[in-house]
Amino acid sequence: MAGGDDLKLLGAWASPFVTRVKLALNFKGLSFEDVEEDLSNKSELLLSSNPVHKKVPVLVHNGKPICESVIIVQYIDEAFAGIGPALLPSDPYERAIARFWAAYVDDKLVAPWVQSLRAKTEEEKSEGLKQTFAAVETLEGALRECSKGEGYFGGETVGLVDISLGSLLSWLNATEVISGTKIFDPVKTPLLAAWMERFSKLDAAKAALPEVDRVVEFAKKRQAQAAAAAAASETK
Amino acid sequence: MAGEGDIKLLGMVVSPFVVRVRMALHRKGVSYEYVEQDLFNKSELLLRSNPVNKKVPVLIHGGKPICESLVIVQYADEVWSGKGASIFPADPHERAVARFWAAYVDDKLFPAYIGIMKAATEEARAEKAKEALVVLANLEEAFAQCSKGKPFFAGDSVGYLDLAVGCNLFWLEAIRKMFGVTFFDVGKTPLLAAWAERFAGTEMAREVVPDADTAVVFAKKLQARFGSNTSAK
Repeated sequence: MAGGDDLKLLGAWASPFVTRVKLALNFKGLSFEDVEEDLSNKSELLLSSNPVHKKVPVLVHNGKPICESVIIVQYIDEAFAGIGPALLPSDPYERAIARFWAAYVDDKLVAPWVQSLRAKTEEEKSEGLKQTFAAVETLEGALRECSKGEGYFGGETVGLVDISLGSLLSWLNATEVISGTKIFDPVKTPLLAAWMERFSKLDAAKAALPEVDRVVEFAKKRQAQAAAAAAASETK
Repeated sequence: MAGEGDIKLLGMVVSPFVVRVRMALHRKGVSYEYVEQDLFNKSELLLRSNPVNKKVPVLIHGGKPICESLVIVQYADEVWSGKGASIFPADPHERAVARFWAAYVDDKLFPAYIGIMKAATEEARAEKAKEALVVLANLEEAFAQCSKGKPFFAGDSVGYLDLAVGCNLFWLEAIRKMFGVTFFDVGKTPLLAAWAERFAGTEMAREVVPDADTAVVFAKKLQARFGSNTSAK
C-alpha cells in the first residue's frame, strides 16, 4: 500500500453500499480502518464528513471525505491508479458502458428491490419484484455483451459493474433463504447465476461480503419491527 | 481525430439533460449532427440506440451509442481529451466532489422542480418549491467550497458541476414565469444567484441553452395533454 495513506471507511456491516467500497478496497489490495457506525447514533465524524446525506459509506482518505458508493469506487480507482488492478477499463467507450451499467444496477435493480422489501401492501411488493426481475433479465444480456465470453462484466477481471452488483450478493442469498425466491435463477439467467458463484469464491469478495446468516437474522428483525410498527399504528 | 466526423446527438429541445451534453460538446469544440426526437413517437434510431431506457440524450460516436447525460459528458471529456477545454478537474478528490454534487442535482433538484410543474394542488406545489429551495441552499454551500472565490464551480471557467447545475437554469426560469417561484434570492443564495447570471451570459450558454419561453410552451403542452388541475399564469 502507498506509504502514508490513511484510509478510514465509515460503514455499517449490513449495508451493501458499504460492502461495495470494501470490495473495491480489497480488489485494489488496499488496507483500511473499518469503522462501524451506529446508524441510530451517528458519530461526529460521519455527520461532519457527509453533512448533506448523513449516510454510510463514507471513505475518509488522509482526512478528506468521499461520499456515495459508486463515486467512492471510482475515486479509489483514480487515486490509487498505480496500485493493484484497474477497476475501470482504459478505453473511453468501455468506461462509458461500465458507468452506464453501474448506474443501472442502482436505479433499476436495487431501487425496486428495496421497494419490495419495504412494501406495506402485497401489490407494492409484487410490483417491486416484477421490476426487479425485469432488471435482472436485462443485466443477463448486459453480462453477455460486456464479458465477451470471459467471466466478469469487466471481462477477464473484476470491474466497476462486478463490484456494484457483487455488493448485493449476501442480500440476494438472504432473500432466497427468507422467501424461497432466487433472484438469479440458473434457468432464466444462467450467466448471472454462474457469475454469482464465481464472484463469491474470490478472496476479496469473501472478505468483504457479510455472512448470509447474519443478514437473514438482520432482515427478519427489520421485518418484525416494521410489522410491529404497522400493527401499532393501526390500533391508534 | 479518429472518428470525429461521425458524431450524432439524439435530443429533445427542452431536455435539460440534452442541453447538458450540448454544453459539454461545445466545451470540447466538437461538431456533431443534432437529431431532434419526438418523445411521444420515438424513432427507430432512438429505440435501437437506447433500448434499455429509451431516453434522450444519446450520443452516437462512430456508430456506437453512449447513454445517460453524465456518462456522456465524462465520455466526451475522455475521448476528446486533447481537444477544447477540460471538463473534469485532474485531482481525484475534486473529481469525486464534482460527481457527488452532480448526482445530488439529478436526484434532488430535477424531481423538485418537475414536481412544481406537475403538482395537482397548491399545497403539493408549495411542498415541492420548499424542497427545491433546500437543494439550492445546499448548492450555495457547495459553490462556496468548490469555487474558492472564483467565478464558477470549477474555478476560472466552467466545468463538470457548472454544466450539471447550469443545464437546469432555463427550466427554473420557466417555472418562475409560470408559477412565480423565486429560486435565486440574492439575500439567501447570493453566490448562486451571481453564478446563475454569469453562467447564462457565457458564449456556450447563449449558443446552446433554449429560451425559457420554449420550456413554458412545452410545459403548457404537457399540462394540456396530461391534464392538470392548477393552471399556470
